[in-house]
Parts: sequence; structure tokens; C-alpha cells
Amino acid sequence: MWQFFHKLGSPKWFYGIAGRFMPWLLGIGLLLALSGIVWGLGFAPKDYLQGNSYRIIFIHVPTAFLAQSVYLMMAVAGVVTLVWKMKLADVFVKAVAPVGAALTFLALFTGAVWGQPTWGTWWIWDARLTSMLILLFLYLGVMALGSAIADEKSAARAVAVLVLVGVVNIPIIKYSVNWWNTLHQPATFKLTEKPTMPPEMWVPLLLVVVGLYLWFGWIALYRMQTEVLRRERRSRWVQDLMHPGGRSDVSSGGARADGV
Amino acid sequence: MTEPLLQADHLLKAECLECERDGRFLFRDLSFSIVPGTLTRVEGPNGSGKTTLLRILAGLNDNWSGQVLWRGRPRHRQWESVRRNLLYLGHRPGIKALLTPLENLQALAAGRQAVTNRILEQALAQVGLGPWCHVPCQNLSAGQKRRVALARLLFADEPLWLLDEAFTALDVDAVAAVENLLLDQVRRGGAVVMTTHHEPSLRNMNRIRLGTVIEQGEPSSQLQQEDA
Amino acid sequence: MGKQESVVPAGLPILDPVAESPGVLRAMLALLRRDLRLSIRQKQDLLNPLLFFAMVVALFPLGVSPEASFLREAGTGILWVGALLATLLSLDHLFRFDFEDGTLEQMALQPQPLFLLVLAKTLAHWLVTGLPLVLLTPVLGLMLYLDGNSVAVLCLTLLIGTPVLSLIGSVGAALTVGLRAGGVLLSLLIIPLYIPVLIFGTGTVMAAGDGADVSGHLALMAAMLVLALVLAPFAAAAALKISLSAS
Repeated sequence: MWQFFHKLGSPKWFYGIAGRFMPWLLGIGLLLALSGIVWGLGFAPKDYLQGNSYRIIFIHVPTAFLAQSVYLMMAVAGVVTLVWKMKLADVFVKAVAPVGAALTFLALFTGAVWGQPTWGTWWIWDARLTSMLILLFLYLGVMALGSAIADEKSAARAVAVLVLVGVVNIPIIKYSVNWWNTLHQPATFKLTEKPTMPPEMWVPLLLVVVGLYLWFGWIALYRMQTEVLRRERRSRWVQDLMHPGGRSDVSSGGARADGV
Repeated sequence: MTEPLLQADHLLKAECLECERDGRFLFRDLSFSIVPGTLTRVEGPNGSGKTTLLRILAGLNDNWSGQVLWRGRPRHRQWESVRRNLLYLGHRPGIKALLTPLENLQALAAGRQAVTNRILEQALAQVGLGPWCHVPCQNLSAGQKRRVALARLLFADEPLWLLDEAFTALDVDAVAAVENLLLDQVRRGGAVVMTTHHEPSLRNMNRIRLGTVIEQGEPSSQLQQEDA
Repeated sequence: MGKQESVVPAGLPILDPVAESPGVLRAMLALLRRDLRLSIRQKQDLLNPLLFFAMVVALFPLGVSPEASFLREAGTGILWVGALLATLLSLDHLFRFDFEDGTLEQMALQPQPLFLLVLAKTLAHWLVTGLPLVLLTPVLGLMLYLDGNSVAVLCLTLLIGTPVLSLIGSVGAALTVGLRAGGVLLSLLIIPLYIPVLIFGTGTVMAAGDGADVSGHLALMAAMLVLALVLAPFAAAAALKISLSAS
């Protein structure tokens, strides 16, 4: 177990193993997501109430779903950063926070687009959308804090604390926003709470969700690889990777060959 | 001869300390031990990590790897005892401008030891602040503020003192007085680790030398004993 | 790595380790007393959040409408948001002065658990900002034409809610204490976390206005206070250690 943890902490080992997984994640992810989207947008039946406009859920729901899970994943990585001080965990948080923010924004955007034909306005203070807006604020706060602290290790640990505080608050925020919503307006349409969704609708939806998760795996690994290279730029293995001819005269600045 | 009441021969022992900042090692493979009755000076040019090392020893900086033992045991199992037994005075000595010297000492001592106001007043008088006991520190000079902080050394019962630039802003007499305090601490079996730009006229100092840029694989620093 | 010789002459005693330290409660009380004393010496700092609160509230009749019907409708929200912003404004100072003059280091080096000392400091902060805000609320509530019952419930929600704001805010203050642009960043980090407190605070007053029994609402807010009391000091202490490590 410790051996595995130790290995997982090695940036060089990670760089190699990530490279092997990435093409598969990207390929299968795109295949599933695209087929789900084509099926959902082109062939799934119309909704008897909302007509064709409901089809935006094939993008809205997966992005909203993933945006929330990314925050949870960041919280798990935050625990690992704080408890085991594993470098890759904070590389992960740093790499995926902007992705999570972008997904949240996409979910908000598609929600707004969907609101136009349904409610006739671009924005509505619906419980789901409001929760997503607060989630976006949380993501932006995490990114702002991360970039404000110059020292890399301190930044990683501070961000980890903030993400954990945020994750404790997310259920409270969701609950309070739902409560606030029922207080102010009776729910009309809910974006997801359909009475019954026929298989022709939820199967493509599931395809997009799974595809998007795989795609996220790819982009997370890709961005982590980039960050690892940046952090280890002075070490020998990165130098060798960048200059296969072997320039050993490059100032190695004191980093170890294989940082653990 | 009395047996030392210690579980180990050292107060503090650092093993393979390593601290990295901005992708560069301030020090690597730094090992030393601080034994009772010694005075150790951390030396090195600006930016070599002297303050960082003291803060690591005090437990204020967590961005390092290696091991620090306190009386032979890892510190994280006994933080309360470690903190109670070390006194750290940093660049910023923890003196509130709005409080009087007496109130400052009261506040600083409150969490550590039970001392009476009489002792505190005596300490302040001894550092030449007797008449200023009840004047807010914002009305004192930089040197006087420094003296308020150093007055703690007069009644401190901690065996280990970590002093970062303790002689800054002090006049010649005060420097001599502080040096005497350090010697007293050493004579009664305590230990002092300090950084200072001023070359103290103290004998039997151990030195920890820190370098600047550390190339790969080289031992960064060395501890050596010198007889001044 | 030479082994060092002790310069203690043989026979002299070795300075014994100190076993006992003052109790946690004593240390917390000393810290509380020190912070309160500092606030009294710096009266302007005590007054600033209150002035800010009053001014923000005065902006709404001027900026939106002085109509009694509007103010009665929006008054609860205005007062809650005003109190929230005033708390936020004062939070940047919670640890900053201590950080700058080195008292924070000395606090972190005290033998007592840091989270309890943080709790004492947060309590001091609430006593000098949150509590005065609650006391000022009836006056401002009157100016916004709120009826007596609403004002009473509003004060009660603020009494439970402002400590939660101080506690959650202590985490943000601890995270940003070493940063130069800490104040604005602190707001960005903390405002999203304040939303549930705001929602339940205003919701409770509104429910009371509709004649509903609000004891359940108040219990819910009290639960939030307990949760914040249990968790926030730990997070703030961890954050302080991180900020100290970076300095």
C-alpha cells in the first residue's frame, strides 16, 4: 500500500502512466458523448410539454453533474494534500479547478438558454440555477486564493482547506437555496425532475454523462502532466524529455532526479 | 554528580532537514543536534534560510521534510510540551503598540507560565524600562520596543531559546546585557540557537552554516564546532 | 556532523523541562481580555463597522425608494445584508494586526491547542462587532418602518447569525492574513459561504411576518451556529498555520 502511495507521489512515474491512459479516455469519452448527443438531439422523442427545447438537458445535466462531482473530487484531493502531503493531489486540484469552473459556467449558460423558451427570460432564480451560480463563486474563490499565494506548497494547502470548508457548506447551501426557492415561488418546471423519463431519453443522457466523465479524466490528466512538467522543469528526467539529445549542462538548480 | 533528567542527550535533533523554496533547496541533508548547555549560531548570507531554519525548529514552518526530534521523540506526539519548552523571538517580536510594556509581557506570559506583575516589573526595570512600564509601546523607540521583547528572557523558564536577530536595534550596553543573559541560559543548562549579523563576543559557539544555491547532490551545509 | 560538547561544567544541573503550563481556559481568557482591551484603546475600529452598517442601510431609501411599503418589504433583507457586509469589512483585521506585529506567531507557539485560542479571538471579534450590530438593528429597523414583532425576530436571528458570520469569516481571515490584497479576496472566499446564513436569517423573519411559528427556524439557525462552533476554529487554526508557514 505504502509502496503504491510512494509511487503515486513520483511525478515521473505519474507522467508515464498518465500518457498511457489518456488516448483511451479521450477516444472512448468522445465516442460515448458524441453518440449520446446525436441520439439525444436528433432521435430522442419530443417532450409532450416542452417540445424540442428540453433537448438542452443532454448538455445541461451532464455538465451540471460533472461540475459538482469535480468539486467533490477536489475535496478528496484536498484531504490527501493536507494529511499525506502528496504532491500529485495538489497538482490535481490546481489542474481541475478551472475545468470545474468552466463546466459550471457551461451548465449555467445552457440553463439560461433553456430558460428563454420555457419561462421567457434568460435568467430565473430557480433553485438549481442559483445553486450552480454559488458553486461557480466557490470555484472562482478557490482559483483566486490559489493564484494569490506565491509559495506553491502554502497555496496548495490553503486551497485544500478552502475546498474542504466549501464541501462542508455545499449541502447546506443546496438545502437553504431549495428552501428559499419554495419560500418565494412555487416550483413550475424543474429541469430534471421529470415525472417519468422514457428510456429513449435517459439512455442517451447516460451516454453523455459517462462520456463526459471519461473526457474529464483525459483533460485532468493532460493538465496535470503540464503542471508536473512545469514544477519539475529543473529535474533531470524533464530535461531529458525536453532535450532527447542529452544536455546535461543545463543548470539543474538543485532539484532531484526523481522528486518524491 | 547529578544525572541529567533527560531521556536523550539532546533537546532537539534535526535529521536530514530539507527545505525547498521556489524550486531551489535552501538546505538539504542538514543534520545537527542541540544539546543542553550550548549556544549555536546559524550563519549564512542573506536569503540562505536562517530565519526559515529557526521557524522550522520552532514549529512555525511546515514546508520542509526530514525529521526533528524533541528529547528523542518525534515532535508531533508532544507538541504541547515542545511549545511550552521553547521560546522563540522573531523579527517581529509580538509587541502590541497599543499596550504598555507591562500589559505586553502579561499577555505574552499568560499562556506559558504563572508570573506575578512584580517579576514583570522587575524585568522591565532591569532592561531600563522602569519608568515606561505604563506607557503604550507606540510611544517607545524601536530599541525600547526590542527591549520589551527581550525582557522576556529575564524570567523565561524555557530550556530552549530560538532567537532571530536578537541584537537588532540595541545599543552597545544592551547587547552586552543580552549576551550575559544568553551565557546565563547556557550555564544553567539551557540551550540557545540564534541568528545575528552582529558578531557576538561569546566563546564556545557552535555554528550551523547555510549556503546559498545548492547544487544537486552536494551536502548543503555543515555543522562544525569552533572554539572562538 | 560533529558531536557537540556541552559547555556545562560537570556537576551543574541541566535545566529541567517544564511540565505544567497554564490551563486552556486561563489562556483563552487572557487572550479575550487582551483583544477587548485593544479594541477599547482603538475606539475608531470599534465604531467603523457600525457606521458602515448605518450608511449602507441609508443607501436603500436613497437609491431605490423611500416608500414605506417598499422598505417594509425589503427592510429585513437590507438589514441582514448590511450586517453581513459590515462583519465582512471588519474581518480583515481579525488576524492581520497580530500577524504583522508577530503576536500571531507567539499565539501559535503557546502550548494550548491553537483552535481554542482562535475561538477566543473570534469570540472577542463578535463581542466588539457582531453584538453592537445587533444592538443597532432596532434603530435602523424603525427607520425602515419594520413593525415591532419583525424587529424582535430580526434581532434574534442576527444574535444567532452574526456569531456564525464571525466563525466562518475567521477561516477566510486566516487564509488571507499573509496576503497584501487580503481584504477583497477574503470577501470573495467568504460571501458564498454566508449565503445559507442570510437565507435562513431573512426567511425566519419573513415567516414570522406571515404569522408562522418560527421556533423551528431558529432551531435550524442554532444548529448552524453549533456546526460553525465545532468546525470553523479547526479550519481557521489549520489555515493560520499555513499562512504562518508561508511568511
